Amino acid sequence: MKHAPWLWAILFALWLVLSWHFTPLFLFFGVVTCSVAVFVAMRMAIVDGESLPVHLVWRAATYVPWLVWEIFKSNVRVARIILSPRIRVDPSIVHFRASQRTDLGRFIYANSITLTPGTVTTGIVGDDFEVHAIVQEEIDGTEENVMNRRVARLEGEVA
Amino acid sequence: MFAVAAAAVLVSMVLAMVRAALGPTAYDRVLALNNIGAKTVVLIAVLGFVNGRPDFLDLALAYALINFIGTIAVLKYIEYGDLGVGTPRETGTE
Amino acid sequence: MGDIVSVVVWVLLLSGAFFLVTGSLGMVRLPDVFTRMHAAGMVDTMGAGLTLAGLCVYSLHDGANLVAVRLVLVLAFLWFTSPIATHAVAKAALSGGTTPYTVRGAEAGGEVDDRTGAAPEAARKAPGDGERGGGDTR
Repeated sequence: MKHAPWLWAILFALWLVLSWHFTPLFLFFGVVTCSVAVFVAMRMAIVDGESLPVHLVWRAATYVPWLVWEIFKSNVRVARIILSPRIRVDPSIVHFRASQRTDLGRFIYANSITLTPGTVTTGIVGDDFEVHAIVQEEIDGTEENVMNRRVARLEGEVA
Repeated sequence: MFAVAAAAVLVSMVLAMVRAALGPTAYDRVLALNNIGAKTVVLIAVLGFVNGRPDFLDLALAYALINFIGTIAVLKYIEYGDLGVGTPRETGTE
Repeated sequence: MGDIVSVVVWVLLLSGAFFLVTGSLGMVRLPDVFTRMHAAGMVDTMGAGLTLAGLCVYSLHDGANLVAVRLVLVLAFLWFTSPIATHAVAKAALSGGTTPYTVRGAEAGGEVDDRTGAAPEAARKAPGDGERGGGDTR
């Protein structure tokens, strides 16, 4: 339950940023609202390291910019496909093997795959990823391997 | 300059609406609808800047979340036939 | 506002507009729902991202303020929810019996579909009619 204070702090920071009123009344409302939200979340038993991966934040600081750059590159690739006079797509469903150990790592990897245009994760069974790729030759696995390793590193030792 | 961005968002919304109208399957329509929602978020943000009153950003925030939940709800309804809880996937799809 | 900032904002907004319109064009042009998902992903990631980044740079020109923070929050929500929605569409479409459009003959190499059980036989019996087969979902 060490994540509950984290959740409360994040929610209250969000409250402060969105309201930006510092009168005692509004601060009181914020405290009450965040407490109720944390209470409900704890009753639902969803407050843990999986829903609140605070231990990943520092390593994510290097992962996210790299991911944004990957997204940009694959955006340009898909844009070229779309803007060509004749659409030449060769979509197929490819299978990857993910090397993450935790479900959270797999979740991050799957969402990273989906977030880069040109590849969409359609299903996960164990560590077997089912990925729909818009052009199959370009997805030869090298980029996904890089992403796989990066997510595995992001996931780190802590579970 | 924000008017240009707003115009681009509107043009792309029209294109997505064409897909929503044509879309042979329901999933095409849901996809287009979700996409229109994402564009609406951008449009709200841009229009705030066009008016010089970027206070609408809270609306954009709320719209982003509601759009997501709405998409998930529609998909769940299409897939399972009702929005009740606990319908197992195996029995719900066919 | 400074010239450099103005140029940066213009570039960001115009490239964002480019990706928005291109992604939407892709949604109209591409053959089936799975390929259209990639185009929709373009709109959600770079289209919205670059446009909001342009707005963010513009508002940061007045110094750090709440508007920029909120823009970052909007973008974060969009980027968190977009892949989940896309994946939900993909999963629903697959389990709803939609067959992914494939170009016939391209399935020779690599570890390609066949053990997904996602109606591969329909994909195989699709006529090999080149690139714009129009999708076999209609």
